[in-house]
Amino acid sequence: MSEDVTGIVVPIHLDYTYTPGVAASRFLRHIAEGNYVGQRCPKCKKVYVPPRGSCPTCGVPTDEEVELKQTGTITAFCIVNIPFAGQAVECPYVSATIQLDGADIGFYHLIQEIPYDQIHIGMRVEAVWKPREEWGTTTESIAHFKPTDA
Amino acid sequence: MANPCAIIGIGQTKHDTKREDCSQIDLVREAAKRALEDAGLTWRDIDAVVIGKAPDTFEGVMMPELFLADALGAVGKPMLRVHTAGSVGGSTALVAASLIQAGVHDRVLTVAYEKQSESDAMWALAMKIPFSPPLVAGAGGYFAPHIRKYIAQSKAPDDIGIKVAVKDRLNGVKNPYAHLHLPNITYEEVRDSLMLWDPIRYLETCPSSDGACAMVLASESASNAPTRPAWVHGGAMRSEPTMFAGRDEVNPIAGQECARDVYKQAGISDPRKEFDAAEIYVPFSWFEAMWMENLHFAPIGDGWKMTDTGATAIDGDMPINPSGGVMCSNPIGASGMLRFAEAAMQVRGQAGEHQIDGARLALGHAYGGGSQYYAMWVVGSEKP
Ligand SMILES: [Zn+2]
Repeated sequence: MSEDVTGIVVPIHLDYTYTPGVAASRFLRHIAEGNYVGQRCPKCKKVYVPPRGSCPTCGVPTDEEVELKQTGTITAFCIVNIPFAGQAVECPYVSATIQLDGADIGFYHLIQEIPYDQIHIGMRVEAVWKPREEWGTTTESIAHFKPTDA
Repeated sequence: MANPCAIIGIGQTKHDTKREDCSQIDLVREAAKRALEDAGLTWRDIDAVVIGKAPDTFEGVMMPELFLADALGAVGKPMLRVHTAGSVGGSTALVAASLIQAGVHDRVLTVAYEKQSESDAMWALAMKIPFSPPLVAGAGGYFAPHIRKYIAQSKAPDDIGIKVAVKDRLNGVKNPYAHLHLPNITYEEVRDSLMLWDPIRYLETCPSSDGACAMVLASESASNAPTRPAWVHGGAMRSEPTMFAGRDEVNPIAGQECARDVYKQAGISDPRKEFDAAEIYVPFSWFEAMWMENLHFAPIGDGWKMTDTGATAIDGDMPINPSGGVMCSNPIGASGMLRFAEAAMQVRGQAGEHQIDGARLALGHAYGGGSQYYAMWVVGSEKP
């Protein structure tokens, strides 16, 4: 007796070529040199990092580059305890939005070198870079952020 | 002035983790047939079909509306697909309603669904963004920091999420279609469940469901149905960018403005006083408190007090999600339409065990993406 086939499992893949665009490309090339460089909106003066080449609020191009400090503030975070397909970091880990000093918007990165129950919104953090030879055009050139000593 | 739009038929599937007994085709037909039956109509009576679902990666089938056209009786008729992430069930209903309100059609079938078991939504929502570390762990990983921010800003007691989770699960027991039926759930059980995305626990999270919802919307001249119709008193959608400087992710402007718009259309000045029930999109329990503020039911910082004092309970002064809501069933693409449909069921007196006695005015709410899409409707028992 053969059983009815009611479903099959097939893998799916998505292969794509990603073009980051002019602004993000400039940002990533700066990252590969160890610098965080954002862009300031000529109208509302907000500094975006990573920059997108235009201001989402004003709808105008952003040309002026602004080099940012590598210190910032945690604006929100969560502790991830759930494994998922494609995960690159071992659980538990802390995913935080960090707003660099001089920037007006946060981005996601890891917080380490502190017990997780001591992390709080408003905590001051600084970037910890990977060894020089591992830098590339990715924010993964930064290993993580850690609390500032000050 | 738009033409009146009546909701004359409502249907939904039994929602479950894996509806292995049926295909995507069977699933949408199960809901659509129930809606037609409720409306006392047949496929032949329908002028157009408007379908919605969340991203195609959730089933791994590209543009499924193409192969579903036949199953939904849309051959030879206009068919539209709507896509606004998790809010899609709501915006799909609003697109369908606009076809009635504009006088284009007399009877429109609208359907929304998700068959999450056919792919992996967690994977689909944790796609690696090139040139950055893959840190955001699905929807929970995205929303958990916003919840933490809300707790910090509002100084809410840290067990509000637990209380919402228990309340919604007990409401869900009264809903035969709900995916989760947890009649014995306790505060302690939720509190002690695994912390997945701190501060979100496992039992403070919606399930992953297969399910569909359908409605038949009709013009005034086509509004006769076996059960008295619900009427659309207002409908609105808003969106905002996921990221811009100064964005308030806890209380997004798009949600605030969408609510103001829909209340204005319906002539509502005090939502907490005027609504008899509300079905809102709460995928993680803390969002009940956050949305109470975003939807102007409570002053900023006070949303959690409505949960804490029992106001949002099924016997409270402002019942929120008497059906059990998204916390009991989350077929993502259908979840928004389920909110809209459950609101309409309340004002039609069709909600069975979770009926709010004498409900005359109700809110249906959906949101999606990174809290960037909003869809809302106000439905009433009287023709506006
Ligand atoms: Zn600007």
